[in-house]
Amino acid sequence: MSLTTDLSQTAPRSTGKAAGKANRKHGRVADPQTEARTPRRRTRQRRERIFQWLFLVPAVVYMALFFGYPVVKNVVMSFQDYTTATFFTGEAPWVGFANYVTVLSSSLFSTSLLNTALFTIGSIIGQFAIGLALAIFFQRKFPLNGILRSLLLLPWLLPLIVSSAVWRWILDKDSGALNRFLGDLGIIDTGIPWLTSTSLALIAVVGVNIWIGIPFNLTILYGGLQEIPDELYEAGSLDGATGWRAFRHITWPMLRPVVSVVLVLGVVYTLKVLDIILGLTNGGPANSTQTIATQSYDLSFHEFKFGEGAALGNVLVIISLVFAVLYLRASRRAVDE
Amino acid sequence: MKSAQRTTRPLALAVAALVGLPLALTACGTSTAASSSEAVTEISVMDYYNNEPDKSFIGDALTKCGTQAGVTIKRETVPGKSLISKVLQQSSSKTLPDVLMLDNPDLQQIAATGALAPLADFKISTDNFAEGVLSAGTYKDKVYGLAPTVNTIALFYNKDILDKAGVTPPTTWDDLKEAAAKLTAGDQYGLAFNANPTYEGTWQFLPVMWSNGGDEKKIDTKETEQALQLWTDLVKSGSVSSSALNWTQADVKDQFMAGKAAMMVNGPWQIPALDKQPTLQYGVVKIPVREAGQTSVAPLGGEVWTVPQTGNKARQAKAAEVVACLNSDENQMAMAKVRNTIPSKTTLADKFATENPKLATFTELIKTARARTGQLGEGWPAQATKIYTAIQTALTGNASPADALKRAQGQ
Repeated sequence: MSLTTDLSQTAPRSTGKAAGKANRKHGRVADPQTEARTPRRRTRQRRERIFQWLFLVPAVVYMALFFGYPVVKNVVMSFQDYTTATFFTGEAPWVGFANYVTVLSSSLFSTSLLNTALFTIGSIIGQFAIGLALAIFFQRKFPLNGILRSLLLLPWLLPLIVSSAVWRWILDKDSGALNRFLGDLGIIDTGIPWLTSTSLALIAVVGVNIWIGIPFNLTILYGGLQEIPDELYEAGSLDGATGWRAFRHITWPMLRPVVSVVLVLGVVYTLKVLDIILGLTNGGPANSTQTIATQSYDLSFHEFKFGEGAALGNVLVIISLVFAVLYLRASRRAVDE
Repeated sequence: MKSAQRTTRPLALAVAALVGLPLALTACGTSTAASSSEAVTEISVMDYYNNEPDKSFIGDALTKCGTQAGVTIKRETVPGKSLISKVLQQSSSKTLPDVLMLDNPDLQQIAATGALAPLADFKISTDNFAEGVLSAGTYKDKVYGLAPTVNTIALFYNKDILDKAGVTPPTTWDDLKEAAAKLTAGDQYGLAFNANPTYEGTWQFLPVMWSNGGDEKKIDTKETEQALQLWTDLVKSGSVSSSALNWTQADVKDQFMAGKAAMMVNGPWQIPALDKQPTLQYGVVKIPVREAGQTSVAPLGGEVWTVPQTGNKARQAKAAEVVACLNSDENQMAMAKVRNTIPSKTTLADKFATENPKLATFTELIKTARARTGQLGEGWPAQATKIYTAIQTALTGNASPADALKRAQGQ
């Protein structure tokens, strides 16, 4: 047993810069004497290793059952003519790529794809910008800070079905609270058809989704901001970096790993949003708020075309996967830094 | 720091899994054991009447029929929206209930799976049922489901508002447009209907489409175009709020009750709510037709009761007895009265109409009401989607009614 292998065991395996530096600073170098391995110690380690794997088994089984199986099933389904009859008879003829061809060549697909992109980008920009602004705002110390911050979490705590129902009332053209409010202020004469105009409905839906997404962004970014040491700002202010310059040169670079995680998670969450759109507009008017997620849901559970619904669902999974990979890379970097 | 993290993470995961797993497993475990040799003392029933007062009314009728058949009823009520997915799950795990209620347009989908038993197997009589009711329950020439009571939609009008404006209930499309325009003032609209992008929107459009000779198999015809033009004109002229594009039938009822709509297209299931507001005086007429002399054809609504293929003959026989009992004359009359629906046997119609004058118009309409799946069978959902897509496209002004229908038909 050489000293070098022992060292590589105790020191962080990936040569993370910060960790390595810290070790050196505190002079904590492994002592070959105490770290020497006896045979007994080795068997104990092996037993521990086995135990670790045993503890993993339930998690692996769980993941395979409730995440792996549905995904595989969905892929298989997308290549089958899967109808209501399949549930009873178990027969689902293979149809190759027919479902994908039908779904991708339907006139609705381009509309849904564009709406999905607009919905996701619009939601993310809004949620992130407002969430970040609020997070920075709440960094200041002022009375009721904590209470206000917890009140802002409310949208997150409400079931989505409730939020969308309430917003549907607020946005109603004739008796909605928003139009009443704007009317009382004298800004508008006639009600704005927020949810029933093809040019406004998507904007309204994005607006509601931003409202729902703000707490998530606020919480994570606020947490990220708390991690930035005050000394940096003190040092920065000595060099004349305050206000915007402090944000640009201290806050933003320090926050970047958290930002990438928030953005990528946000995209993956937003891509699959279903309840809010169904609750507000059902994809209407005239498909102007139809996204890939709602269209896939409609195909499967309203038209009973399970194969086509699965095919479209898989298209969405692939898009999400791209962002999931980005997320994994971003979060690994965040941990390493 | 880092190595510590690495060892605790799998542990945390494992604990999370152990906590989650039993929950998930109990959620999966729904099986009803059944052995065919024993005498049947209990049968299971599933329906979607999960709200009062229907929940109790149907429950009482089931209990009574169970007693008559010598079995106790184990009833499960699920929310309407989750019934079909539950039925599909159960049919793949072979755990369907002994008696199953289905919304009538869904019967075709489930009958097509082979999960239901033809009622003729149990010698259940289908005499005297209205034609539309039977066609809703029929898949490939065999009757699989029967509805004790049914419903449809008609035109409700606010008597006070119409009297004040000197308007009589309309009978033709021209009358309807004129009346709706006259009744529109301030924040009150002449008419309210639902044109939302769901099957509900399609359902509300069917009366004008069918009465004018429109055909759901081919929607880009002159007859359907005229009907869609009527809907479009009403919204464009402002007699109907453009919110109709997003309203449900319940929203339409709320508008009517708040006095914000002088007339509405809706069904008799709203009557209990309307009657809770004693100041509201309303009347019901058939939905207007394009020209005097045409018949107002309404779509048939209501739920059918079926006997799934559970494989246990003895239980199926008992289940069939319960279904037959639910459809007896006596039960039809009683259930129709308390639930504000219409008995599905034509032989009961006249007696029922005289005893329940409020439902007279609906009773009249049921005689000629058409089932949505009568022509298309399992093809209905796809075609219904095309119809509401066309309605939405025309009503938002994205295309003329003719183009909207042509585009939707070709979709």
